[in-house]
Amino acid sequence: MSVCATAEIEDIIDRYPGRPEYLIFLLQDIQSSFGYISQESMRRVCDRTGVPLTRAYSVATFYQSFRLDPKGEHEIKVCLGTACHLKGGQRLVEDLERRLGVAAGETSGDMRFTLDTVNCLGACAISPVVVMDEEYYPNMTARKLEKQLKALNAADAAQAKEAGNA
Amino acid sequence: MRKESAAPAMAPFRLNAPGDLETLRNKIIESRDPNRPEIVVCHGNGCLASGAPKVAEAFKAALAETGINAKLMPGVKTTGCQGLCSKGPLVQIRPQGYFYERVQPKDALEIVEKSVMAGEPVERLMHKDPETGKPLYTEEEIPFYSLQERLVLRRIGKIDPTDISDAIAEGAYAGLAKALHSMTPEEVVREVEKSGLRGRGGAGFPTGRKWRSALSAIEKKGRPVYVVVNGDEGDPGAFMDGAIMEGDPHSVLEGLILGAYALGAEQGYLYVRAEYPVAIRHLEMAMAQAREYGLLGENILGTGFKFDARINRGAGAFVCGESTALFTSIEGKPGNPRPKYVRSVEEGLWGRPTVLNNVETWANIPLVLGRGGQWYASLGVPHSTGTKVFCLVGKVDNVGLVEVPMGTPMDRIVTDIGGGVSGGKPFKAVQTGGPSGGCLPYSLKDTPVDFDSLTKAGSMMGSGAMIVMDEHDCVVDLGRYFLKFLEEESCGKCLPCRLGLTRMREILDGFSRGEGSEADIADLTSLAEALKDGALCALGGSAPNPVLTTIRYFRDEYLAHVSDHKCPAGVCKHLIVYAIDPEKCTGCGACAKNCPVECVTGEKKEPHVIDAAACLRCGICKETCKFDAIFIE
Ligand SMILES: Cc1cc2nc3c(=O)[nH]c(=O)nc-3n(C[C@H](O)[C@H](O)[C@H](O)COP(=O)(O)O)c2cc1C
Ligand code: SF4
Ligand code: FES
Repeated sequence: MSVCATAEIEDIIDRYPGRPEYLIFLLQDIQSSFGYISQESMRRVCDRTGVPLTRAYSVATFYQSFRLDPKGEHEIKVCLGTACHLKGGQRLVEDLERRLGVAAGETSGDMRFTLDTVNCLGACAISPVVVMDEEYYPNMTARKLEKQLKALNAADAAQAKEAGNA
Repeated sequence: MRKESAAPAMAPFRLNAPGDLETLRNKIIESRDPNRPEIVVCHGNGCLASGAPKVAEAFKAALAETGINAKLMPGVKTTGCQGLCSKGPLVQIRPQGYFYERVQPKDALEIVEKSVMAGEPVERLMHKDPETGKPLYTEEEIPFYSLQERLVLRRIGKIDPTDISDAIAEGAYAGLAKALHSMTPEEVVREVEKSGLRGRGGAGFPTGRKWRSALSAIEKKGRPVYVVVNGDEGDPGAFMDGAIMEGDPHSVLEGLILGAYALGAEQGYLYVRAEYPVAIRHLEMAMAQAREYGLLGENILGTGFKFDARINRGAGAFVCGESTALFTSIEGKPGNPRPKYVRSVEEGLWGRPTVLNNVETWANIPLVLGRGGQWYASLGVPHSTGTKVFCLVGKVDNVGLVEVPMGTPMDRIVTDIGGGVSGGKPFKAVQTGGPSGGCLPYSLKDTPVDFDSLTKAGSMMGSGAMIVMDEHDCVVDLGRYFLKFLEEESCGKCLPCRLGLTRMREILDGFSRGEGSEADIADLTSLAEALKDGALCALGGSAPNPVLTTIRYFRDEYLAHVSDHKCPAGVCKHLIVYAIDPEKCTGCGACAKNCPVECVTGEKKEPHVIDAAACLRCGICKETCKFDAIFIE
């Protein structure tokens, strides 16, 4: 853990009074800064709030939004709310699992992609919905997905090349 | 969301007496020119996802380009969900009220030149009359809107939710000012009782009665008492609470402050689903502005009444919508429900008397106080008063937010307002109440949509999702979907839910593969009954509803799966085969190129065939074919 990450964790911890009821607030803020909750940050949060480590992990594993491992470079979320399910959301998940070689909820070995599912994004009118790196893609199909992935790969490759040249 | 080049924002203005609100409101209205052109761009979730931010940008650029007369400087305003989500991005032009749908950035200049500068309509972007095809100019002319009764939603889509003066101009906080000026807390409770308002979070518990029992609990235990907003909206096909919090956060806040006044609470909590960052942001802004104006915090409206509230973000657990789980989650713990030997109005948050109401319930309170319980009770039907907001989604033309009086027949909502199933066929079924609700067939299309009629039909109101299904949707698959959802969301504390849901899902998994028998349908039913009786909380207790109603109304479809090994809707993967119609196939080879397992073969320009044994049933070929040659057997 780098010095500046440690400083950032301490900054977050200072936002709230050191009481157990703020545990979830703290974990949420840490996750939104780092993308996941590291063991180090968990230990510090526990020190401050006085919550035993085991209890903090029981909270972190109970709630689905908490992640204990780092996220991939790109996050793809497929909506599996009812409207999206009826319009083929599950087929999109299976398609992505096949293309990326990961199961839903997992991150690819090269840390490039994390595939997740969500329940209703409130955009049922344009279902099925896929969110790639925070951008919404309406009325998604397997073919459109393939195009998007290709574009993403091409952009990454171009960037890598540029970095190599520099 | 901000108004560009709007009239100078009202300086924060501390209201020192209830009467000051009306004075402020008049001042805001006077300072505005009713003829000033305004371009109103919907920024509800549906429109945002279909590109509304780019449309708003394009309007700003177009205004700059045309260099319009500075005296009548038009504003670009962004609002919460205007309701007709499937036709977004939506744009309205004031003062004429022209209503445009599917607006693209490239349309902005034309709209500015024609509608804003010359006051003329752009007919090609207007909603068309479903029968005559004629353009409909304004909301009032469009059946989707004219057949609704938008009360809770009255300001949503009109106001900028981040600007309290906009909300005040449209009547926000008038109910609060009235109550603080001329009503005792007891009178407020009585008004809510008189209204007949029932909770909108699912169970339909009478709100007045809940508040009354909190008062008795307070008599026994004393204060503090807490008021809490349930904004967890976990039903995976519902977004009306999110839309209310995003589009008119003040309506929820005003309701909550009124509740606090009625019960003598000093602290409130808003528990909001983490997937709703915009709702959280708008609520935070609304609370900050309300504090500045003296509507929240110390000495509210100069009356000495003191109340404040804070937001708790959910962390992704459906069960936390359940009252006792929600309280333990606010306390910073895992959200496990507890048995309700002691009711949560007596022993809720921090073990204190607590009133928890749903977002829409709270948003109804200002209406009840503003216009009176008696007036409210005259809306809807006797035991379900008022209106209800629904999320109309699925295989229906006008997907969106709909508000109608309680007791409106289902078919009026789905067909007259929703425009029916695309293609004009009758709908197959409507699922109300999400994973806890039921699935009603077309033959019950005239069922009045109110708490008691839905329960009688085996379904329930639930939160207000209304999912329309057509002949391509399979009820076995829908039952599996909800069971899988609940199985994942079950907290695991009690056995009937933890094991029962898994076993029920396994039986349905079997059905979807064509395995099982009529005896299994009977087993499934008795397991469902056991779960209803034995589960600790309503997650497990209501989980069997979708399965029980589909067995009741669509038994033939279950039998087709287990006896004939067929899925009539063509959904269950193991029971369908993709095939190519040689008459239609041109041999273009597109499907063969896209098949992930290369199971489509054929010579160029000759009809192709699919190897059913190798086929994954991923459906990509069907999606790819431009000639509609691929079908499901
Ligand atoms: C598993 C489960 C999930 C629930 N989810 C919600 C929810 O997301 N929003 C909500 O308002 N009520 C939800 N409820 C209902 C609440 O427990 C509670 O009845 C309601 O918030 C009370 O408010 P009301 O009387 O205004 O309806 C849920 C109940 C259960 C059992
Ligand atoms: S019914 Fe299910 S969710 Fe409710 S307490 Fe039991 S296991 Fe938990
Ligand atoms: S179900 Fe996917 S956005 Fe609502």
